[in-house]
Amino acid sequence: MIDMPLLSVEGLSKSFGRQVACRDISFELWPGEVLGIVGESGSGKSTLLNCIAGRIAVDGGKILYRTAAGDIVDLATALESRKRHLMRTEWGFVQQHARDGLRMNFSAGANIGERLMALGRKHYGSLRDTALEWMAAVEMPGERIDDLPRSFSGGMQQRLQIARNLVTRPRIVLMDEPTGGLDVSVQARLLDLIRRLVQDYNVAAIVVTHDLGVARLLAHRLMVMRHGEVVETGLTDQLLDDPQHAYTQLLVSSVLSV
Amino acid sequence: MEMIRVENLEKTFTLHLRGGVALPVLRDTSLSVSAGECVTLHGPSGAGKSTLLRSIYGNYRPQGGRILLRHDGELVDIVGAQPRVVLDIRKRTLGYVTQFLRVIPRVATLDIVAEPLIARGVLAEAARERARLLLSQLQVPEKMWSLPPATFSGGEQQRINIARGFAAEYPILLLDEPTASLDDHNRKIVINLINDARERGAAIVAIVHDAETRAAITTRLLPLQALGAAA
Amino acid sequence: MTIQQSYAATATVAGYNFAFLDEQTKRMIRRAILKAVAIPGYQVPFGSREMPLPYGWGTGGMQVTAAVIGKNDVLKVIDQGADDTTNAVSIRRFFTRMTGVATTEKTREATLIQTRHRVPEMPLTENQILVYQVPIPEPLRWLEPRESETRKMHALSEYGVMHVKLYEDISRHGHISTAYDYPVMVNGRYLMRCSPIPKFDTPKLHMNAALQLFGAGREKRIYAVPPYTEVKPLDFEDHPFQIERWPETCALCNAEDSFLDEVILDDRGGRMFVCSDTDYCSERQAAGHRGRMAAPYKEEAAQ
Repeated sequence: MIDMPLLSVEGLSKSFGRQVACRDISFELWPGEVLGIVGESGSGKSTLLNCIAGRIAVDGGKILYRTAAGDIVDLATALESRKRHLMRTEWGFVQQHARDGLRMNFSAGANIGERLMALGRKHYGSLRDTALEWMAAVEMPGERIDDLPRSFSGGMQQRLQIARNLVTRPRIVLMDEPTGGLDVSVQARLLDLIRRLVQDYNVAAIVVTHDLGVARLLAHRLMVMRHGEVVETGLTDQLLDDPQHAYTQLLVSSVLSV
Repeated sequence: MEMIRVENLEKTFTLHLRGGVALPVLRDTSLSVSAGECVTLHGPSGAGKSTLLRSIYGNYRPQGGRILLRHDGELVDIVGAQPRVVLDIRKRTLGYVTQFLRVIPRVATLDIVAEPLIARGVLAEAARERARLLLSQLQVPEKMWSLPPATFSGGEQQRINIARGFAAEYPILLLDEPTASLDDHNRKIVINLINDARERGAAIVAIVHDAETRAAITTRLLPLQALGAAA
Repeated sequence: MTIQQSYAATATVAGYNFAFLDEQTKRMIRRAILKAVAIPGYQVPFGSREMPLPYGWGTGGMQVTAAVIGKNDVLKVIDQGADDTTNAVSIRRFFTRMTGVATTEKTREATLIQTRHRVPEMPLTENQILVYQVPIPEPLRWLEPRESETRKMHALSEYGVMHVKLYEDISRHGHISTAYDYPVMVNGRYLMRCSPIPKFDTPKLHMNAALQLFGAGREKRIYAVPPYTEVKPLDFEDHPFQIERWPETCALCNAEDSFLDEVILDDRGGRMFVCSDTDYCSERQAAGHRGRMAAPYKEEAAQ
């Protein structure tokens, strides 16, 4: 294990007009670590995720990322070309709604191959082979490689989204409510898959969720957000079993059983 | 060799949802456990036995004091340690066995038991071999090994959890009622597992209600007293 | 008489500036053209004007033509390879009335050719300009609806998604089925739409001696391929770019190297294939080439 964080967020702030979405947020993400960001809707957790992904410009703060090549890039100020390149090679983003993260008019194979084609892979046969490998990795039947995402179930769409992101073997994957809106049984399967893939490929991940059960299962570490601020951080089980902040106690006590 | 040293531990629960009432559970608690020892926590319900155990595991966050654990040959304070340090200690040094299995959906029994070993770097097949051994020792029927334990009975889940806890041969083991609700036969098997672990040099801290089991495993008893509630 | 000089400058409609557009507008368009030539394949925005034709009828090409046409130019206008279709006839008539320049149907005689959907079969020269009418200039449009995003993609050369489209072609049809408006890389930098020419014509853009200008009126974009510029169709290593082939040669001139239109002759399945480029076909016939359904050439017939 390299003794350096993969990502250091320092004093990140973002407001929409007078509405503060993220206030002075700092944290580190280490290689292979899964960080859960929990809080109710409107707490700023999704905004934070989008800021980190470079989808929303921040008002202040640094987002220091250590690249595979070993240099440190501040994503808050980096050139857009650099940022976009990193986002489709060393980073992944799994959206809550598959339609936001997939090309719905293109087949499963094309969706998985897109990042590779963007990197210059121009051999149809090998793109297809890679797509089939990844479909197997996310437990999708290979014979559906030419089918459109809209013909897939919600759970399968999410798995396709994951494959589409992991195909370039990213070092960080951001996930926004990855199991939101899915049936409980489908959720369990997806969670298990994410857990396994994160382990097998040693990907670091930031998972935004309002579901403490999801957080318990996936995250090593949690950050609780409310009104744009981090109110408590800690190891997942510390936070859920011994919550110290009033808001965390409220969150934990509001859940039936986690 | 000293494996665990707890110094002046203080743990108070503040219940914000009940007007901020403070429940002090541990105050000035100290403890030292060496390799090859099994210290059993003893005291009435509410004396803070589980709280102490969970604090040593890094699950509860004390307000004061230190909990030094020998990890990679050095004493590391788990109180206030970085999450990834806590995880590393748990991965390689610290095992925790309760009677409740936290079920992970869709993961087969055998893999649940083998997982801590694999996490420590043991090859998957060797880890599964040890998992098979423990599961058969604990009389978990072989036909269940490939199934996720979500639908198993409480007793079966408990034995699976014990197998998981003992699979990795941690240098430090924390046991919270490991034999509760087991039948005589299985209890004896677990007692043997505990004594084997201690004899190979593990430092063990245990909570055991059953007097017979306590007598069979304990090398030293640590009495704990309940603290009065303070507003 | 091939060059129709019967319309002298005097025959232009009174009250209009030469070539319809005012001089300021022509200057503005020329500046856009110069920029387009300087950055091959890059879409230059310009202040597209209302023309006396509806959008979709070649108003972009007409504005480019109007900006570059001079009194000594000889204009040819083709639509789907033919000089005598409605669109070609009306545009030719428009410029005749607005400029009085000579027009021709012969590719070799023209200095300025405005085209819709075809590139002439005959190789062009350094003394010629080919103006394409473009309905939709943005090659990424169907893949990415946001203009701000497609501009960014061009700026950063993010063209991977274009291969996604071709991938999809192969997975659905077993081959790249995009048959016209084939995506190309210009000068190794910009992804470009060739306007809806058949992919048969795509290789003609590569290293062409003539200046090629593209005008999109509704979309207000001008782009260019300067003479002798590399134009490369996108493809896959294992599915290389290929042009169409026909089972027959031209029924009139027997050409095997030209783009053929299928003509249905009756309702019993009778059909013939003829050159889409009417000038090319008649030149070949004049030179004595005969297809299987060709009538005797008129001079021979007269004997």
